Amino acid sequence: MLPHAKDVESVGEAMQLAEVQGRSLWADARTRFFRNKAAVFGLILLVCVAIFAIFGGFFTQYERDVVDFSLMGANAYKGVPSFETGHYFGTDASGRDLYARIVQGTAISIMVGVVGATVAVIVGTLYGATAGYFGGRVDGIMMRTVDVLMSIPFMFVLILMLVIFGRSMFMLFLGIGLISWLDMARIARGQTLTIKNKEFVEVAHAIGVHPLKIILRHIVPNLLGIVAVYATLLVPQLIIFESFISFLGLGVQEPNTSLGALLSEGASNMFNGTIWQLQFPLIAFVFTIFAFFFVGDGLRDALDPKDR
Amino acid sequence: MLSFIARRLAVAIPTLLILVVLSFVLMYAAPGGPFNSERPLPPAVLANIEAKYGLDQPFWKQIANYVVGVVTQFDFGPSFQYKDRSVNDIIAQGFPVTLTYGAWSFVVAAVVGISLGAAAAIKQNSWLDYMAVGFTIGAQVLPNFVMAPILVLIFTLWLGWLPGGGWNGGQWENLILPVIALSTSYMASIARITRSSMLEVLNTNFIRTAQAKGLSPSRVIFRHALKPAMLPVLSYLGPTFVFMITGSVVIDIFFSTGGIGRFFVDSAFNRDYSVIMGITILVGSMTILFNLLVDVLYAWIDPKIRY
Repeated sequence: MLPHAKDVESVGEAMQLAEVQGRSLWADARTRFFRNKAAVFGLILLVCVAIFAIFGGFFTQYERDVVDFSLMGANAYKGVPSFETGHYFGTDASGRDLYARIVQGTAISIMVGVVGATVAVIVGTLYGATAGYFGGRVDGIMMRTVDVLMSIPFMFVLILMLVIFGRSMFMLFLGIGLISWLDMARIARGQTLTIKNKEFVEVAHAIGVHPLKIILRHIVPNLLGIVAVYATLLVPQLIIFESFISFLGLGVQEPNTSLGALLSEGASNMFNGTIWQLQFPLIAFVFTIFAFFFVGDGLRDALDPKDR
Repeated sequence: MLSFIARRLAVAIPTLLILVVLSFVLMYAAPGGPFNSERPLPPAVLANIEAKYGLDQPFWKQIANYVVGVVTQFDFGPSFQYKDRSVNDIIAQGFPVTLTYGAWSFVVAAVVGISLGAAAAIKQNSWLDYMAVGFTIGAQVLPNFVMAPILVLIFTLWLGWLPGGGWNGGQWENLILPVIALSTSYMASIARITRSSMLEVLNTNFIRTAQAKGLSPSRVIFRHALKPAMLPVLSYLGPTFVFMITGSVVIDIFFSTGGIGRFFVDSAFNRDYSVIMGITILVGSMTILFNLLVDVLYAWIDPKIRY
């Protein structure tokens, strides 16, 4: 019995409908992410912090590195935060506008975090995927190297490097880049071990695709979900790391500043009655870190099948 | 078990050597020697000083001497800035202080963190659980360098209850604030890990069996649930101890407690290479030792690990 043309049509229509309603992994993840209130709150917060860091400088008449000599040494009563003077967040001990400095500090802190995480994603993913794909002795040597590097106290080595080669943004980025990829390499390798036994990798291998191409074309794209999650969670960790170094005065140098340097300044001026010098950098720091943590947690819940 | 430890040591010892060589190479590569002061010294004097510190010898001989000194006698050589003190003197002065508040912070973070996490998991979705989860989320943004100023602001400046710094031979008044500042964020991480691993264990079949055969709840938790739930926590405790020592840099600066962190940062600004190297190697060897200890404990507790 031949099917009626009408039936065929309706089946076709139904299939089309099904196609429209079909949901990809990413769409699924997006739905889950936006259903998560904390994650959406984090995302909004993150957008606000980013707008503040990028465009915040346009809303003040003061430059971040201009010293107001009439306020120097008198900021405890003249540099109080107020909208009338235009120093929304007050001034620091040298009479510089704190609002402008926090804008720059936030921007630099986020930049350090994002650049570090990017290095981690590129180096760590490729390294981990290569080790996992080849397996055997290559894997053993590569991951043993990571183990060895991980058991070195990098905070101290980084400070040693900053002392020896001079304190500069470049050294800071290099140092943070050196450490940040280790965890990512482990995660990428673990994921690769499960992916490489899937049929599509076997097929690619069987028809003679070059191993490098298999890694780049077939394995790395399948790692991206988990890599994105850990990269987002890595950013706040790196911001905390950089703030730690800058808090000690070894990181970002004057006239530039970062949240850690501002916190350190605020903490050392705490007893002079200029509480806003600690308060506002602290708020910026807390908001920035929270935003990244919430978004990262939300992404993990949305993308990482393990925790579902 | 012995062969497992031996194999771990076979990795640990080369790691330590790499650390020693790496820091020595970094120091050797540094532009400018430690005695380049603003007023140049006469060449004869400079040569004499360099001979005294062994800096006139070829590279391989210097590094061999250093490594042999460190490995055989724990001798980190003389300080380049304080003429009459060796690196060992400086470590002997500062390290006991760091170890005191570091160990206290470690114990506080582990005990409070594990109890809080376990209690939250047992009473899931109770007010205790919500409080614990709220604490773990909030404490993520409170690393030691943020906690320290906030604590001093509240307890010293506003309330006037505790001193804002000093060591005073380790009196408890001087110990409280550094310990809280250092332990808070790790306490939160430990609580979070304990809670989630405890929840996982409580949902397993063997716990259901234990409950079904009529064991008391406390016996189920202490005899059956706690041990497997501790495994992920245990692997976090190794790094935590290292962070405690690293955090001493901030604690010593902020609270003027006089531990090795103070000397480390001071030497970083004075370019006193031998002190920096000595402390880096000391902390590195403690890291490696502690990771080894955690691995062995792990293998001992977890019957699934083959060694």
